Formats: sequence, structure tokens, C-alpha cells
Amino acid sequence: MIGLGLFKGLLVTLIAAIRGPVTVQYPDRKVGLPGAAKDAGLSLPRFLVKRPRDAARAAVGMATVEDLVEQGPRFRGQDFNWYEDRCTGCASCAKFCPLGIIKIVTSSSGKQTAEGEVYDVDVFDIDIGRCMFCGICVEVCPYDALDMGSDFERAQYERQALVIPVDELRRKKNTPSTWFRPQLESAGYDPHAGEELTWDAAGRHEQPSEEQLTERWVDER
Amino acid sequence: MALDFLDNAFFRNIYCNLSASDDGRCGERVFSVLPGGFEWLAFLITGIVIALILVNGLLGSVIVFIWAERRLLGRFQSRLGPNRWGPFGTLTPVADAIKTMFKEDIVPDAADRWVFNAAPVVMMVPSLMVLAVIPWGSGTFLADLNIGVLFIIAITSLSTFAIVMAGWGSQNRYAMFGAMRAVALLISYEIPMALSLLGVLMIAGSLSLVSIVSAQDLPFILVQPLGFLVFFIATTAEINRTPFDVAEAESELGAGYHTDYSGMKFGLFLNAEFAATILSAAVIVAVFLGGGRAWDFLPSQIWFLLKMLPVLIFMVWMRASWPRLRIDQVLSLAWKGLIILAFINIVGSAILTFIWPDPSTTELWKMAGINLIVMIASVYAVGGLLGPGSAPVAGFARGEAPPTPRPAGEPAGGSG
Amino acid sequence: MTLQSEPVIVNVGPQHPSTHGVLRMRVAFDGETVTDAEMIIGYLHRGSEKLAEERTFTQVITLTDRMDYVAAMTNNQAYVLSVEKLAGIEPMPRGVYLRMISAELQRIASHLMAVGFLLQDLGALATPLMYMFREREDILDLFELMCGARITVSYHRPSGVFQDVPDEFWGRLRQFLDGMPAHIDEYERLISGNEIVLSRMRGVGVLDPDVMVNASITGPMLRAGGVDWDLRHRAPYEFYDRVSFDRPIMDESDNYARYLVRVYEMREALKIVEQCVEQIEPGPVRDPDVPFVLRPPVGESYVGIEGPKGELGFYLVSDGGISPYRCKVRPPSLLNLTLLREMVIGLPMADMIVTFGTVDVNMGEVDR
Ligand code: SF4
Ligand code: SF4
Repeated sequence: MIGLGLFKGLLVTLIAAIRGPVTVQYPDRKVGLPGAAKDAGLSLPRFLVKRPRDAARAAVGMATVEDLVEQGPRFRGQDFNWYEDRCTGCASCAKFCPLGIIKIVTSSSGKQTAEGEVYDVDVFDIDIGRCMFCGICVEVCPYDALDMGSDFERAQYERQALVIPVDELRRKKNTPSTWFRPQLESAGYDPHAGEELTWDAAGRHEQPSEEQLTERWVDER
Repeated sequence: MALDFLDNAFFRNIYCNLSASDDGRCGERVFSVLPGGFEWLAFLITGIVIALILVNGLLGSVIVFIWAERRLLGRFQSRLGPNRWGPFGTLTPVADAIKTMFKEDIVPDAADRWVFNAAPVVMMVPSLMVLAVIPWGSGTFLADLNIGVLFIIAITSLSTFAIVMAGWGSQNRYAMFGAMRAVALLISYEIPMALSLLGVLMIAGSLSLVSIVSAQDLPFILVQPLGFLVFFIATTAEINRTPFDVAEAESELGAGYHTDYSGMKFGLFLNAEFAATILSAAVIVAVFLGGGRAWDFLPSQIWFLLKMLPVLIFMVWMRASWPRLRIDQVLSLAWKGLIILAFINIVGSAILTFIWPDPSTTELWKMAGINLIVMIASVYAVGGLLGPGSAPVAGFARGEAPPTPRPAGEPAGGSG
Repeated sequence: MTLQSEPVIVNVGPQHPSTHGVLRMRVAFDGETVTDAEMIIGYLHRGSEKLAEERTFTQVITLTDRMDYVAAMTNNQAYVLSVEKLAGIEPMPRGVYLRMISAELQRIASHLMAVGFLLQDLGALATPLMYMFREREDILDLFELMCGARITVSYHRPSGVFQDVPDEFWGRLRQFLDGMPAHIDEYERLISGNEIVLSRMRGVGVLDPDVMVNASITGPMLRAGGVDWDLRHRAPYEFYDRVSFDRPIMDESDNYARYLVRVYEMREALKIVEQCVEQIEPGPVRDPDVPFVLRPPVGESYVGIEGPKGELGFYLVSDGGISPYRCKVRPPSLLNLTLLREMVIGLPMADMIVTFGTVDVNMGEVDR
């Protein structure tokens, strides 16, 4: 009970205190004077002269800059990407979602192609209030029409607002996560950069040509 | 009338401008607000002003201390601590205070209402009363009680009542556990705390804090290292801080004796605790660190506050680093360790004061050297006593290394 | 004079800071001493085993994530191994190595949580916990790179893993492997030699190894009692026979031993990851012929793995359909919890909490 171990412990915390915090701040980061100057794109003396008010705020630790947490490109987020022109309304995703939270209503468009009749997707609602972002819907989609997104900010006041309606899916800029899309990863695509991708780039498969389609059609007969 | 505070220029100005007394202490005067014969009123008003300054200063510093402790703890834990409200998060405790005030004040159905409601007030009062005798710098005190040290020890043990009241009044088993632990702890630690001060009193020859400060040509932490060690441990226990926070051990008892309190009553408990921390640092500075005495380029009041800083920071540092002792270990530390150390200190100091009844600075240095050796030897000896005795902990003797795992395959008993 | 006293019954939990979730303990106290304790579980019951019966074999993986939610990778691993045995699937070597790497990383993360919360129970004001969260964060970042999720990973699949890791992963893993030993030393400096920790944990909560074996206690708790039982060594699954590692054993069987065994196991887990990184070779991580909707032949399988908390096993019965006919989990947390009553009787309240902390249960796994 002499207490040398106690002092060793004190030393460990002291070293941690000197090393400083490791906290990642979200959604914005407090910056000091140099950081604020850099954020404003000015050198420190010019910043002090030109924007004294901002400089004073920064000096007392009140200045913040936008900061987002670092995310892996595979991050499975809440904003699903959906390529309507590729979706056949087969409802595999709805069927294999472990929670059954995808709601699909289709109607016949009367248009016939080589592969069969094309369906119009009237309703494609994803109730992300219950989604667990397992990615199984993406995995099972036979036409690669569905992708995970990488956004995670969707706080709402009511649960109903957590349902992603089909209109939003149609409107949305498609920036698919590279989860289950390895070719995007090798191409160095970063979903957080906000670059929109067409299905040709995002899908796993080659787009089948007209002949291939006919061939397949004939084969299955 | 005890006009001790007239040494302080600020207080003297207030008093002398009010009163018409001409007993010479105010020097030549041309002006007085009150006519002659009303010196008592001047005294009263001055006293109220001083009390206001001290009490509000204490409560304000509690707010600052809460912020500082959280920032520091964060730093020790590799995180930031509060940083969103105001510059560097300084407004966080203010926001907390506002929140606490607007919280619903819940009194449990089964609670003993009177006792339950009175407890927070009883808790707060001793902290404020201790303020009266602390010399915050030369002449800056409310009263120079000739029994100052005794007063502090007596008053601080009043908080035991508050804790029992809180624990009993809320009719909650966790609260009762906490209260029982707190009482056992406080009663045990009163003794080493009082005993550890005896050495100081012998050298200073007085119980008044002001005389103790003026006796410290050499800070008593050097002259009385053992006394300081015991006193520091005992105070840490008295104010319920880690590693002695058994009374409100949050991982065991929820919040201990104030589990059932909410709103501002809880806020009062919190306030009282932090105020007690600050005040105990103040007492340590006054008794062991030479009070406000230091070099002249800063006023003594500032020196006093500056000296409190390392004490408080060390308390936070301990809190960040160490786990909590068990209640029986806490008690056996007091009875088997600290009391013995305190007695060794008393005997040592008695012999030294017998040799040097009125020590000069060189003699104080000699005392310091002898006491340091005594401290190291006695801590080593008493530390060995503590380990094996504290049942039900299977002992670990001094020098024995803790065991380490052996790789599988080696026979049992292959490691230490 | 004898004092008239009666036991005080206190409900510790389900709302209590250190019941690690929602365990409820009805404890009878005589003063501060525990005279009787009753564990009441079921507050987190979600019926995972029943739910598994109406999901396809692959969908059940998402359920296993949520059983022991601080060690999702090992849950995935145990389940997937059981499915592979049931369906007779031969896994791809690279996939197996990735499973081992992720499982060992998860073991470190789980032990970090166990030790951190144990120290929290001891009364250390979250400092060790914060340090351990710091390193756990690195592991979770690695998981995010691997599979896009941090806690509920759903990464393992029958025949391998879902997807190969990105190239960036290896650099980050290297960084982690290089930095982690120093961090473990840091924890040891902070905790292991601390006199308060030693006097609080040594000789407290001692269990007899025979009793533990009879009560089918497994994992670090058993190894802290001097019994060399580690399924990675006794019944190697995956490629654990290709890596060499130590199994730290202690004979004290007290709280301190249980703590220290976990710390040493973190070091061993790092060694295993190192060897896996050396041995892994390029190749497919997953057999493309294994369909999403598996139809294993009629039969049953049980595979137990050495999870962070003990033997974690999945018993599956197939009736030839697309979902398990029965899915039974052998949760280490539940079985390790069974001896808690024997351990805590006679201890003071504070030690009861710490002893519970050293068992390292996860209520999500106990109640499922
Ligand atoms: S991510 Fe999983 S839970 Fe969410 S919609 Fe897709 S399949 Fe369903
Ligand atoms: S998204 Fe894919 S799986 Fe879902 S309906 Fe469309 S094509 Fe089918």
C-alpha cells in the first residue's frame, strides 16, 4: 500500500492530458484564430485587420467551421439510390428485406420487350425508420437498380416522415455507396464527393445488348 | 468590536466612510455618513458587504470550478469537455444552473417532507460558515476567531447531519446506504483531520488561522509534510471526492444520499459539495501553503487564489486517475493508517517544538528535514501494516508483485 | 447485546448505472453484505431465436448482429460456421482469413469494453473507459472500411465474407497493429499496478475451477480459474490451427485474474491478426455458387466458437426449407451469469458490482 502504482496512474493521465484530445467534433468544429483565418482564406495578420469581429470571436473559441465525420466509402447510409429505368418492379428487394419494409406497387405499362412485359413502379416506399441498413435489398436486386446511400442525417419530428417515398427516390441525385459495388472502389469513386453516377457506372453488370436479350429470351424458351 | 478586517484597504474605506468613530484606526477623517454613536451600524453594514462579497464570490467560483473541472477531466480523458456554450464552454454551467432551476421539484410520497426539504439547506450552511474565518489575504477575512481551526473542524462536521437527513428523509434504500456510508466516513476522518493539525498548532502556537498564516515563515507543507499528507487525505475524504466518494458511488448507489433529489435541491447539494472542495483547498492554502504570503509584486489575495489552483487541479487529477476504495477499506485507512501517522506526527512535532520552542527560519528548515525523514519512514512502516489486515481482501504484502498470467501448457503455480 | 436486524431487499436494476444493460438483481443485504441475490433476466428479450425461424439463412445474419451487440463479428462468425456445416459449404481461404481478422479485432473491441466498464464499476471516473473507447473507435473505423457499418456489421456470409476489403484497409490495419501494444501497456500502467485496483479486486469473487466446469462456464472467466479451455486451441475452427498464439491462464480465479486475462488476451489477439495478415493470399472471398437463398439438406449442426465472452454456439436444424427449422443459441453471457449468485453472496455491495463487471455479460445476448 505504498502507492507507487497510484502515481504511475497519475502519470498516465498526465501524459494523456499533454497529448491532447482526440475528439472528432460533429457537425462543426471549434477553431482557434489560425484555423478561422485559414477558413476565411486570409493570412493571419490580414484576417485580424480585415475582419476584427470574426477574429475576436475566434480568439475566444467561438468560431466554428463545418466539419463532417470521416466515413468509409462503403458506409451504408439512409438515402437509398434507385435507378428507375433499371427497376423492373420484380420486388425481390421487398421480399428479401428481413424486416419487410419496402413497399412496392406496380402496374402494367402495356409495353412489351424481349424479356417480357414492363411494369411501371407506382409506389416504392422504404420505411427507413425501421431499416437496419443491412444492405440485403441491394444484394438481392437482380438488376442492380438499388444502392445504399451514404448520408445519415435524417432527424424528423414524426415517424411518417421517415418513409422515403418514390418521388424522393426519383428526384434524388444518385451517389451510391461502394458497398456491393467493388468496381466503384477500384475506380476510386468517393460517394461523399457528391458526384452523380449513372447506372452504367454503378451497376455490377454490363448493360446487355439487344442481341443478348433476344438470345436469353430464346434460351429460356 | 472586533475590527480585524481594517487591515484590508477596501474594507477600511467602507467602514471608515460610514462610521464616525475616532479611535484612531481610521486615521484623520473629514467625512462620515453616519453620525457618532452609530459605529455598530457601520460595523453591521460593512460586515454585510463583506459577507455578500464572500458568499457570492464563493458561489461564483463554484460555477467556474464546475466548468474548470469538467474541462480538465475532459483533458485528462483525451476528450474536449464542454465547448459549445460561450467561449470555451464557459457558459455551460450557467446553462446547467438554469436547467436545474426549472426542473420539477419532486418530493417522493414516502419521504419525510420536513427532513427531506431541510437537508439541502443544512448541507449548504456549513460551507458558507467556514468562509468567515478563512484569511483570504492579509487582513481579508470576516473574523479572526481565536479558535479558528477548531471552528472549521466543528462546523464542517455539521454536514454529517445534512447527509443523514437526506438519506433518512428520502426513504430510499440507496440513499440510506449512501447516508450510512457517509456518516461512518465523516466520523472516522474527523479524528485524523483534527490530529494532523496539532503539529501545526504546536509550531504556530495558536488556533487562529491568521496567526497560523503569520507563523509560516516557511510554508508548513515543508515543516509538517506528514501532517499535510494526513490532512490532505482526510479532507479529500471529508468532501467525498475520489478515491473516497463512497457516499455517492454512482456505479453502486446511483447518486448515494441525494438519489431522490431533483431540481434546485439537488443543485444545492451539488453546490455545497463544490463549495466544500473550494473551501478545503482554501484551508489547505491557509494552514499549509502559507496563505497569502509570497513575493510582493502581487497582492496577497491574488497569491492566495493562485495557491489554491494547484491544490484544486491535483484534486481533479486524482479524480481522473483513480478508482474508488471500498467503504471498509476507507475506514481501515483512517483508523489503522492515518490516525497512527497523525500520532507519529504529533510526537515528532512535540519533541521538535520542545527543542526549538520559538523556531527561527533556519530552525524551521531543520525541522522540515527531520520531519521529511520521519514521514518517509513512517509511511513506509504504516503502509506495510495496511495491506494484509483489511479483510476480506487477501493481502498483498509490501514488495510483492501482482500476479501475471502464465502461458497455457505450463504447470499451475508457474507464475508469481 | 445483539442487535435486532432484518435484511434489506434492494432491487439493483433494471435501471441502475452498472448493470450493463437491463439485468435486475434482487439482493438481500445485511448491512452492506449480500446475503442473497436473485438474477432476473428477460428485459431485453426480442425473440431472436423464434424470428430466425421465419427468415432465410442469410437474413438471420442480421439477427445475430443484435445478440451480443458489442461483438457482432463473432456472432456472425459462429452462425455462418454453423450454416456452412449444415449445408456442407467449403469456405474460400481468403474469406476465412478475413473472418478471422475481423473476429479477432472484434475480440479486442469487446475486451476493451469489458475492461473499461469494469473500471467504471470500480469507480474510476470513466478515464480508462474513455481511453478504451479511443482505441475501440479505431477498430470500428476499420470495420467501417471493411463493410460499411460499425456495430451491426452483417459482414460474414456462408462461404466467406460479403466483400473483399479495400486496399486502404491494410494500411489502416497496419497502423492499428503498430499502435495498439503501446496502448495496452498504457492501460496496464494505469490499472494493473494501481493499489486501489489491487486491493479492490484481488481475492474477491473467487470461484472453484471444478464448480465452473460443472456450470459450463467458458471464456476468460474459466481461463482465469486455471482451466486451459480455449476452443480456438481445443477444437480449431477456421484456420486457427495455422496460427500460433498463447492462451493466458491464471490460477487465482478472482476478479483481478479475470481482468488481467482479458488484457493479455488482447495482446494474443493482436498476434493472431498479425499472422493472418502474413498468411492471407489474394483470391475470391466468397463462393459465387452459394446462392442467396440457401436450402441446406435435412439435418442439424452445432458449431461453437471461442467468442470474446466464452463459447458461443449456434445449433441449427434444417427441414430442407429456406429457413432454419430451429435456431438455438448457446450464449456465453447467460451461462456465465448463472454462477454470479454463488460469487456475490457474502461480498459487500461494492464488490458485488465489481464481480458482476468481471463476468462481462451482455444483456442483449443473455435475453436474445
Ligand atoms: S437495408 Fe436491410 S432493412 Fe433496410 S431496406 Fe434494405 S434489406 Fe431492408
Ligand atoms: S429495386 Fe431491384 S429488386 Fe427491387 S423491385 Fe426494383 S429491380 Fe426488383
